[in-house]
Amino acid sequence: MLEKEFILRDNVLVVRLKGEIDHHEATILRNEWQRYLHDENLKHVILNMDAVTFMDSSGIGVILGRYKEVMTKGGEFVVCGVHGYIDRLFSMSGLVKVVRIEENEEDALLSLGVAS
Amino acid sequence: MKNEMELKFLSVSKNESFARSTVASFVAQIDPTMDELTELKTVVSEAVTNAIIHGYEEREDGWITIHCKILDENVVELTIRDEGVGIENVALAKEPLYTSKPELERSGMGFSIMESFTDELVVESEVGKGTTVTMKKQFHQVKTVCH
Repeated sequence: MLEKEFILRDNVLVVRLKGEIDHHEATILRNEWQRYLHDENLKHVILNMDAVTFMDSSGIGVILGRYKEVMTKGGEFVVCGVHGYIDRLFSMSGLVKVVRIEENEEDALLSLGVAS
Repeated sequence: MKNEMELKFLSVSKNESFARSTVASFVAQIDPTMDELTELKTVVSEAVTNAIIHGYEEREDGWITIHCKILDENVVELTIRDEGVGIENVALAKEPLYTSKPELERSGMGFSIMESFTDELVVESEVGKGTTVTMKKQFHQVKTVCH
């Protein structure tokens, strides 16, 4: 199971995930996430991985896919709450070199100029 | 301690989590660490996802079989088999970042992850017959931790 929360803060979409991201959940997540990204006022994305307990390469695929979409819009893609096993997968896949990583949601929002 | 089990289920993507948690519950008897268990769940997830997406091309009526053996010395052998379309070029499929289905947003990391989280990986495939992935993983290994 994967719980998703999409929150709009100014021109930033905050995505909070809780649970497991596999191929089944990644497909559902992508469809939902893409609907939000169609909003033209929205520019940046903060992905909060703090409560993600499991992820495989399908999760890496869905994150890279949204990263590319946000780049095309000229926005920034920030990930926070990356620790333990998720951190290992981020390193293995090279995601750490592509996306900007902040400690928590507050820091991520501040880095995008949104006061929390 | 020797023990083994077999699990057979349809190629429905909802079964990915069922498959990895069932294998993890079975292996719990050799008292793995949390990290080892997560690695095992990940490789099961990768192999089952490959069977669903590539083997059966997302048809939901194919059978996937997982055979899990606990061998001596805390070695677990996993065999994950489908009777799908097979892989024409196994060496290419195993290349890091290679994907035959870029339109599906695959990262192409499945086999790389299976390789790094296990100690042995063998892929046998025949076009039109199916694919069998066999992995061996040693538990309770004395590891050198790098930071």
